[in-house]
Amino acid sequence: MPKVPEALRRSSPPRLPELSEPELVRHFTTLADRTFGVDTGFYPLGSCTMKHNPRVHERLAGLPGFRDLHPYQEDEAAQGALELMWRLQEMLAEIAGLPAVTLQPAAGSQGELTGLMLMRAYFADRGEDRDTIITADTAHGTNPASVTMAGYKLAKVETDARGNLDLDDLRAKVDERTAGLMLTNPSTLGLFDEGIEEVARIFHDAGALLYYDGANLNAVVGISRPGDMGFDIVHYNLHKTFSQPHGGGGPGGGPVAVRDTIEPFLPVPRVVRDADAYRLDHDHPKSIGRVRGFAGPFGVFVRSYAFMRAYGPGLKEMSEVAVLNANYLLARLRDVYELPYDRHCMHEFVLSARNLKREHGVTALDVAKRLMDYGIHPPTVYFPLVVPEALMIEPTETEPKERLDGFVDAMRQIVVEAAAEPELLRQAPHSRPVRRLDEVRAAKHPIVRYLFEEHPALVEVE
Amino acid sequence: MSYLSVTDADREEMLAAIGVSSVEELFEQIPPGVRLGRELDLPPALGEPELARHIEELAARNVHTGAELSFLGAGIYDHYVPSVADVVLSRGEFLTAYTPYQPEMSQGVLQAVFEYQTVICELTGMDVSNASGYDGSTVAADACFVARHVSDRRKIVLAEALNPQVRQVVKTYAPGFGLEVVEVPHRDGVTDADEVVAAASDAAAVFFQQPNFLGNLEPAPDLAEAAREAGALAVAHVDLMSLGVLEAPRAYGCDIALGEGQSAGNWPSYGGPHYGFLAARGEFIRRMPGRIVGETVDADGRRAFVLTLQTREQHIRREKATSNITTNQTLLALAGLAALSWLGPEGLREVGETCMALAQYARERVPLEPAFDAPSFKEVAFRTPIPAVETIRRAREQGVHPGYALGRDYEGLDDVLLVALTEKRTTEDIDRLADVLAEVCK
Repeated sequence: MPKVPEALRRSSPPRLPELSEPELVRHFTTLADRTFGVDTGFYPLGSCTMKHNPRVHERLAGLPGFRDLHPYQEDEAAQGALELMWRLQEMLAEIAGLPAVTLQPAAGSQGELTGLMLMRAYFADRGEDRDTIITADTAHGTNPASVTMAGYKLAKVETDARGNLDLDDLRAKVDERTAGLMLTNPSTLGLFDEGIEEVARIFHDAGALLYYDGANLNAVVGISRPGDMGFDIVHYNLHKTFSQPHGGGGPGGGPVAVRDTIEPFLPVPRVVRDADAYRLDHDHPKSIGRVRGFAGPFGVFVRSYAFMRAYGPGLKEMSEVAVLNANYLLARLRDVYELPYDRHCMHEFVLSARNLKREHGVTALDVAKRLMDYGIHPPTVYFPLVVPEALMIEPTETEPKERLDGFVDAMRQIVVEAAAEPELLRQAPHSRPVRRLDEVRAAKHPIVRYLFEEHPALVEVE
Repeated sequence: MSYLSVTDADREEMLAAIGVSSVEELFEQIPPGVRLGRELDLPPALGEPELARHIEELAARNVHTGAELSFLGAGIYDHYVPSVADVVLSRGEFLTAYTPYQPEMSQGVLQAVFEYQTVICELTGMDVSNASGYDGSTVAADACFVARHVSDRRKIVLAEALNPQVRQVVKTYAPGFGLEVVEVPHRDGVTDADEVVAAASDAAAVFFQQPNFLGNLEPAPDLAEAAREAGALAVAHVDLMSLGVLEAPRAYGCDIALGEGQSAGNWPSYGGPHYGFLAARGEFIRRMPGRIVGETVDADGRRAFVLTLQTREQHIRREKATSNITTNQTLLALAGLAALSWLGPEGLREVGETCMALAQYARERVPLEPAFDAPSFKEVAFRTPIPAVETIRRAREQGVHPGYALGRDYEGLDDVLLVALTEKRTTEDIDRLADVLAEVCK
């Protein structure tokens, strides 16, 4: 038996769990029981697109030909996987209205960073020195964080009274130092930017680029394409629009599509087709390089490809029903919560609970916690930042009217409770395994691993 | 096929409640000039049976590890995935939940992530682990961002024996961080500590891999010492499945330990999705990227779990965040937790010992010269008398994939084949490999 040289050998064993298999299975089953997913009930978490995840996808991603395929397998022995990726690229390109796609980025925020790196490479290639990226004041936090990670300066543009980008503010901020815009459209307010054509003109006239954050693509598939809106770089969230399960936080997939002028800079390897054979192509000297291992999160591609093939051109109806469901909820809730932007919404909408705060001292957080007692996952709260006491609600297309009505009933009942018994809301939830948590304590005195020292009886390892 | 639930009658009622006569009216806010105005040019919809058949046909055109005897590794390994991992992966609650922003709805997944963090800390010896990164390459880029903020230095040193894909990703990210990257070459398959000291004199961090990409055990304590001597952070890229027999990086002076988690609990899956782990000494806790779960109490004093230190994160701190990561790899990390919990400390040590024994057996049995003198863990590099890519081509015709051609990444190693031995391979498998290599390398 070979021995590890003493200087490299493990000196004390790791204190891993020591459980029999039946106890281990029970442990994870208990934890699953204390977790709420889309499978459990309504989950209208705004901007996250918590739709049903078809189970056939799990079966297909688990086929041995995919699951047991080594990523360094020779291309000629991975033709099925490569073809699937190539076909997925083609479909995504059609949906974005842009010709070239990389599947490599691991999630939306990595897609953003990839997009910004593409901008940098594009301008460097042209000998232009541009250092600023503009984002909206309604942007997801990932946008400004990505800007910093890409080494750009950040400038912010305001939202006007209708919820569109303020064009005067924008014109004042775009100049020869501007590399580009990052925008979600529809925005995080759930509103399509009615001035998008002029926005694109302002940037393109200044020689700058437009980046489309695809977080809200579920509203417009088959209806309006980012490339046609004037965007040059687009990321998709496969775990939102195309039904990769969210997995308690991940995995995701964040492919990026670009205009032909930006194609030379895409990450490698790229999936290409020569006649009837598919291969990974590393030979792109202007590429920004690699942003992740291998060609991307392949198992995610299987699921999203299956999802898109199931719908076909009917993906348009997916977006139509997502928008219908959201507008139905908006119509039935707008008289009891405040509506900061009085327009039809797209796939999601933002209400404000400031009327409840003003009249009863009940906050958006209290509404969220009380919804749990009705068996509903709360919407996103306190975002976007431009709306006080925000409740950001996204029902998705897979919910039946009965679920939507149940949500409306709960939301309206909570308004009644806020007046009659506000303390009931402030103390909510009442029916979950735990009550509200002391989050300040968790941050001030971080305990981020099991404290063996405080439980010595549990750690006897030979 | 579709997954919609609204009936035609529902639709009429809903449109009436909204006060419009058609769904199209809801889209009038989209300027006509940017509407598509035609059907998407996509293949026609498929029902579930047709969909399954189509995708099964694609899967059948791949040669997977059940169809040929494979010794491919080089960062992604065919270790046994215990069936308890399926318990995690198949529970709809874990599968279909999202980031646990609302802890009262998510105590199960929060506790599971807390346990994952504990297991990663135990294996690496570190004080704090995040809830996962995308993969073993992006967590290295994340660690560069940490190093950039705890140091005034603007250089990163990478051992050339660090996984080439990891180095490539670091190089892609580095310009945005304002960092320069330099590499220290390997000497006969391992990294020289004196060269690290020289390269790291003005570096923020030094990255090396143990066991390294060439299959060799590095003098890891010397490399960590060299980094610290130069005033740089010591960052070890490690394999979780080795840490039952190899020393924890913290024990030999590393500041950060990270790596690709796939080998523990995930299938190869043509490269993903898997999980990257990232753990550090406690002093870096407020610079860590990504989600972290902490323990606290609820209003009744019950022990409970919550996402914590969120002021590091993009949704609070925006452009000043420690990372832009939002979606991570929780589900895959939990499969890793299940696998490592199933193994336990004894099981993990046994897997490591089995891998080492098989590597030793391969060294003795394969009729080729080992390329390096250094000891191995589970991968052995052999010199082949013909180019390694040609060896692979010929061996695959015999139903054996003999490994990875190191010449893909390293100059001067075109004749070196990297053979991976996990506990799923047997001595009989290695005998067959040896026979096939003897024949094709004649």
